[in-house]
Amino acid sequence: MTTLELRGLTKRYRVRGSGHMLALDDVDLSITSGRTVALVGQSGSGKSTIAKIITQLERESSGQVLLDGTPIPRRGAGLRKYRQQVRMVFQDPFASLNPYHTVRHHIARPLLLDHVVPRDDVEAEVGRLLEKVRLDPDLAARRPHELSGGQRQRVAIARALASRPALLVADEPVSMLDVSIRLGVLNLLADLQEADGLGVLYITHDLATARHFSDEIVVLHRGVVVERGPADDVILDPQHEYTRALRDASPDPERHFGGGAPVSTSGVRPTPETNGVPSTPEKKERRS
Amino acid sequence: MRLLLQRAAFYLFTAWAAITINFFLPRMLKGDPVSAYLQKHQGEISPEAAAALRTLFGLDTNKSLAEQYFDYWGLLFSGDLGRSFSHGLAPVADVIATALPWTVGLVGIATVLSFLIGTTLGTLVGWFRGGAGDVVVPVATFFSAVPYFWMGLIAIAVFATGLGWFPASHAYGKGTTPAFSAEFIGEVIAHGTLPALTVVLASLGGWVLGMRNMMITVLDEDYVTVAQAKGLSRRRVVFAYAARNAVLPQLSSFALALGFIVGGTLVMELVFSYPGVGKLLLDATTAKDYPLMQGLFLVITLTVLVANLLADVAYAALDPRTRQGEA
Amino acid sequence: MFTNTKSITGFAILGLFVLLAALADVIAPFGPLEKDYTALKQPPSAAHWLGTTHLGEDVFSQIAYGTRGVLLVGLTAGVLATLVAVIIGVSAGFLPGWRGESLSALSNVFLVLPAIPLMIIVASQYEDPSLLLISAVLAITGWAWGARVLRAQTMSLRNRDFVQAARANGEPLWRIITVEMLPNLTAVIASSFVGTVTAAVLGLTTLAFVGVIPITNLNWGTILYWAQANGAFPDFWWWYVPAGLAIALLGAALSLISFGIDEYVNPRLRSAGVRARTKKRVARKRRAELLAAKRTKGSTE
Repeated sequence: MTTLELRGLTKRYRVRGSGHMLALDDVDLSITSGRTVALVGQSGSGKSTIAKIITQLERESSGQVLLDGTPIPRRGAGLRKYRQQVRMVFQDPFASLNPYHTVRHHIARPLLLDHVVPRDDVEAEVGRLLEKVRLDPDLAARRPHELSGGQRQRVAIARALASRPALLVADEPVSMLDVSIRLGVLNLLADLQEADGLGVLYITHDLATARHFSDEIVVLHRGVVVERGPADDVILDPQHEYTRALRDASPDPERHFGGGAPVSTSGVRPTPETNGVPSTPEKKERRS
Repeated sequence: MRLLLQRAAFYLFTAWAAITINFFLPRMLKGDPVSAYLQKHQGEISPEAAAALRTLFGLDTNKSLAEQYFDYWGLLFSGDLGRSFSHGLAPVADVIATALPWTVGLVGIATVLSFLIGTTLGTLVGWFRGGAGDVVVPVATFFSAVPYFWMGLIAIAVFATGLGWFPASHAYGKGTTPAFSAEFIGEVIAHGTLPALTVVLASLGGWVLGMRNMMITVLDEDYVTVAQAKGLSRRRVVFAYAARNAVLPQLSSFALALGFIVGGTLVMELVFSYPGVGKLLLDATTAKDYPLMQGLFLVITLTVLVANLLADVAYAALDPRTRQGEA
Repeated sequence: MFTNTKSITGFAILGLFVLLAALADVIAPFGPLEKDYTALKQPPSAAHWLGTTHLGEDVFSQIAYGTRGVLLVGLTAGVLATLVAVIIGVSAGFLPGWRGESLSALSNVFLVLPAIPLMIIVASQYEDPSLLLISAVLAITGWAWGARVLRAQTMSLRNRDFVQAARANGEPLWRIITVEMLPNLTAVIASSFVGTVTAAVLGLTTLAFVGVIPITNLNWGTILYWAQANGAFPDFWWWYVPAGLAIALLGAALSLISFGIDEYVNPRLRSAGVRARTKKRVARKRRAELLAAKRTKGSTE
């Protein structure tokens, strides 16, 4: 049982000239093995910043990141041990795999770095991981450009699982993929989560998949958590205006054909006039 | 504004670096020829001039390096670059001043001409890619690989000695005294044409190729397709849309190539016995006139910096993004 | 890259020069300084393919042996300059803050400094500079361009997801740079290597022509120096034309190789002709469609 906890997490980016951009403001979040938490928000809401801080690609400005109650180490062997337990799947599988290296290299590196299996067994373990993500082990010799988008993302998932982590951060793992294969990848993630008892932070802007694949939903808006709760409650009975606007904005076929009000064109985005929540998040927004 | 400050800082820094390199160069190499010269010509050099040379070449061994550096800057600010051994101990600054206008005039005009012609040609070749214009590519490649000085030698052999169209050397006729007269100006133009033509021909290839490649990259952009689809005239699309954007990287490589071009033309001056800084530098090298060499390196570097600055200004004038930034 | 006509031509020419240099003893009919006082300033003939000099030396043999000096110095300078360019360029692109900025400023300064005057001044301080020293001087003045390009490329690589992913995996920094990033810079490094070799060849022959490099280092520039000094111009063309042509040919070959690499990196340049033709067709079609749309719109109003 592993739990990662973010407490009062705040991240400020220095903006050129004067002032700061507040990307995250006092965010609390926790992920536990065996459960999936969906982090929902528009682009610019701070979702990816959370992912980067969890994987320590960036430092938080203030707040705490705790693994099983203790602050995580920031350097050296301790950090590597932490990273072995918390892995990430990047959004764009076309960018997250090194075009120069084979599939084998991508999956074998974490195995070697974290000494997951003896050196002689690495080859077999690579094959096993590829099978685990439902890929042909023969693909190990290929390079990323020879694979389809879906195959690449599966390789990226296999790489993330190689170190046998307890927690997985999936940063919009299907948004760059063709619509037709998204469900396959999401189902794979769900199956792996169940089989390995993984804790997953599923970052997305898509409420429908968030509801379907996660136990809990956290809604992030301009760096602030505006709503959280069991997935069905948040979707069916949103408390916050922003969540409601988000839900109304997502094209929901049931509502459309089930006699409900058709999605109006103005509903494509949450409108600021109706709910008082500004909807177009400006990434370069300054708050001094 | 920010960009402007950044560029200003860069130029100041580069000027400082060049001056400092100039300070250390004779100290890292050997200063003895100068001290030997000073000893040999003790009576002929005024004490002040000798002191200046000692400062320039680091012969004041009793002073600390910092003191020497400080003195060196003091000399530069007073415009004193030492005395030239090979020019009857005339001040180096004066010797350079007589040569600099010739080089700036010749190389400046020829380089700008070459850039304009080459860029225009490159625009056309890039636009009609895949057509007969592509023949230009191998020709330009070959020409851009020809050393300037060799091109000059061939030009003299063919056009001056062979066909007799142009005088083979010097900036004006031997008997003529420089004056602001039609005769003198005519001679300068007659003497300058062949060297200028050589510079243009030798550097043209690079501009043609660079612009062609930029055009091909730019022509794939959507805004060019849209301009075409709008039914704009071909000339407008080529020059107002495609070339205008393709010329920006061309301009920055122009700025960067200046040092290279100037280096090449210096040697060409030797071939044409053209009385510019290049010939002066090479003569100084043969005569082991170290003060003159040092002063020339400094002046050439600073001149290249100024030319760079001009290219930068042109870039800023053409690039709407920097213009906006300044507003 | 090796299926590209341009680079194949370039490699073929370069290969010929390498063969000429390697087999100079076999190919050249005479020693480079072997004098034949019965044949002074002779035009090309069966005995002297490219004629003779004022001392009866065989010009072709001089060119053949001179190729050695040119290639040796050119390649050594290219390797040295590329090493410096990779170290400074990649560090400048990877290091954050003032360290990266100052390395970048350093390469910009070297870019602006006029190389040939600097080389002339440095080389003229030595009575008898060695080949290595000459190469080093050429390298010092030739690394900056490569460093600049590499810095830009490194900066764009640094933020790519696959580098971030390697960091998140806990890869050590040296491995991220050498294993994850460097292979992706191969084309740029190769291109800058070819560029510095070209510049070094031009620089070497120029220095030799000017006379600041000792004549013991025989290369194509030295031939031109002797030709100039001994009144070869303009009548004895066989003495000065071949050496200059050789420089230009080698330079063109290197440029062709570099174009091949550029086209490999920027595929838009590759099949420019074919693309242009389809492009024009597409543009014509789009224009026609737009016109048609305008007409229908006009008629309904």
